Amino acid sequence: MSYLPHTADDVRRMFETIRLSGGPGDMESLFSGIPSECRLKRPLKIPVALDEMELESHIRELAGRNSSPASAVCFLGGGAYDHFVPAVVDQLAARGEFFTSYTPYQAEASQGNLQVYFEYQSLMTTLTGMEVSNMSLYDGASAAAEAVLMALSVTPRKKVVLSASAHPEYRQVVETYLANLGVETVIAACPSGVLQPQDLVQVVDDQTACVLLQQPNFFGCIEQLSALTKVAHAAGALAVVAVDPVSLGLLKRPGDCGADIVVAEGQGLGNHLAYGGPYLGILACRESFVRRMPGRLTGQTLDRRGNRCWVLTLQTREQHIRREKATSNVCTNQGLLALRSSIHLAVLGPQGLREVAESCLAKASYAHRRLLDGQRLSARFDQPFFKEFVVRDPQSRPNELVAELLSAGYLAGVPLGRWYPELDDCLLVAVTERRTRAEIDGLALAINSLFVSSSPSHHNNHAKHSVHQSAF
Amino acid sequence: MAGDMKFAKTHEWIRYEPAGIATVGISSYAVEALTDLVFMQLPAVGRKVKAGESFGEIESVKAVSDLYAPVSGEIVEVNAALPNQLETLGKDPYGEGWVVRIRPDNPAELAVLLDQSAYDSHISSQSH
Repeated sequence: MSYLPHTADDVRRMFETIRLSGGPGDMESLFSGIPSECRLKRPLKIPVALDEMELESHIRELAGRNSSPASAVCFLGGGAYDHFVPAVVDQLAARGEFFTSYTPYQAEASQGNLQVYFEYQSLMTTLTGMEVSNMSLYDGASAAAEAVLMALSVTPRKKVVLSASAHPEYRQVVETYLANLGVETVIAACPSGVLQPQDLVQVVDDQTACVLLQQPNFFGCIEQLSALTKVAHAAGALAVVAVDPVSLGLLKRPGDCGADIVVAEGQGLGNHLAYGGPYLGILACRESFVRRMPGRLTGQTLDRRGNRCWVLTLQTREQHIRREKATSNVCTNQGLLALRSSIHLAVLGPQGLREVAESCLAKASYAHRRLLDGQRLSARFDQPFFKEFVVRDPQSRPNELVAELLSAGYLAGVPLGRWYPELDDCLLVAVTERRTRAEIDGLALAINSLFVSSSPSHHNNHAKHSVHQSAF
Repeated sequence: MAGDMKFAKTHEWIRYEPAGIATVGISSYAVEALTDLVFMQLPAVGRKVKAGESFGEIESVKAVSDLYAPVSGEIVEVNAALPNQLETLGKDPYGEGWVVRIRPDNPAELAVLLDQSAYDSHISSQSH
């Protein structure tokens, strides 16, 4: 059997089936229904075919043009982070039983997969301090949007408050989900880098279904989460909290701070950056909301012989059964990434997760100090932070700074101007446990040398420049 | 047995009580069609509903169905014990298995609902 479609033999048989001989004019006659002005009358402008060896080297050359954490030192954050992924995660997740399997339509036929999802759910509830977790969603942003829809259905109210310190792309996805639902969205401003509880009081009212908060927030700062959830609850609104799961090695769990629904981007737990996806949406909530929870849930039960087994639970609320009244349009999950996060957390254990978080905190604090020691950058927010912080470039050239540092071998950070016009002189810098002291010192020195070489007053001052060069 | 009751095509029954209150429940046909019941969600007392609006949910192992208000009005009482003893719906759907009590805004809305024999022919036409 040939694995190629449209062999000469196939084509002949297809012509026979439609009672054409397959002669020279027949192929042309198949296209006779398409007006001649719509048809291309010359060959496609594509290069000649490459053989396998040539193609491989061509693709390698194209791939080589990408910058990645493998080719530059990564201080990028803003929702996706260069955390270390132990080899055991790749190795176990690559096993054929997991890697190639798609949830069968009779999901219970695959007890191994369901056991993984049940363990994933158990890990997520423990990590977040919530009572139930689903089997995962597409990414952190869609999890945030689904959580907001849940809150609208639970309360039921028609207004949503989004903290300006929550990820701007999460907020964008939330607004897209809400675009045609007649829901009012209000942004709570955070001029000090965190959402002040007294400012939140001003924007929540008895029509507010929920408040979307983020901890640590998009700027890396630590919010007064318990005080903020109290404000939401006082108005009868739910607190939807987006968290960085790695931070939970150190920070109080959102469930212990009054969160009603917790969402997270799970990329940092054992999943590679992979140029932006696929990622892992985590969603966990209080048990009283379980029937409003989107996505799939695995439950543990006993089979007829009394053995432990797993089943899909509450499917009656999913799209394929409940149609337009379903909890959401999501009937799938990021199974492979949920598996990877489960392996990752199991390998780390509570103590390991704590150590990763402590390492991030210590290195980010060191980097913050080193970057501000130089002459180019200044502090922006005076708030405690976890592994990410905002610095200000008084020359207001963060985009150029990032481009210049990339040629020096550093992915230096994320300029904030495209989401926050008032912060268009600012850069968001993330420091994970992977960054070494030498890399952090190197970034600080590179920034300093750029300051000297580009600052007008020092522009032609070679003596000064060389002093800084020698500091390397 | 149910001569003073009216029915909605969506299988809720309603019975006017003295003092301008109406009791609402689910027909025995609907309860049987739902099969094994697992969950019920009731509205908050004080909620205003419009005729045809969903005020709660009933879930079986097969499906989740909305409960629709047969008439407009205010929910003045709910059978709070019912979600914990769903078997009552099967045993006594027109008595102990009542779901909510509504104070109707407009008793004239009752006129468009089905009486027992009209409801019986509605369900026999549905089951074919």
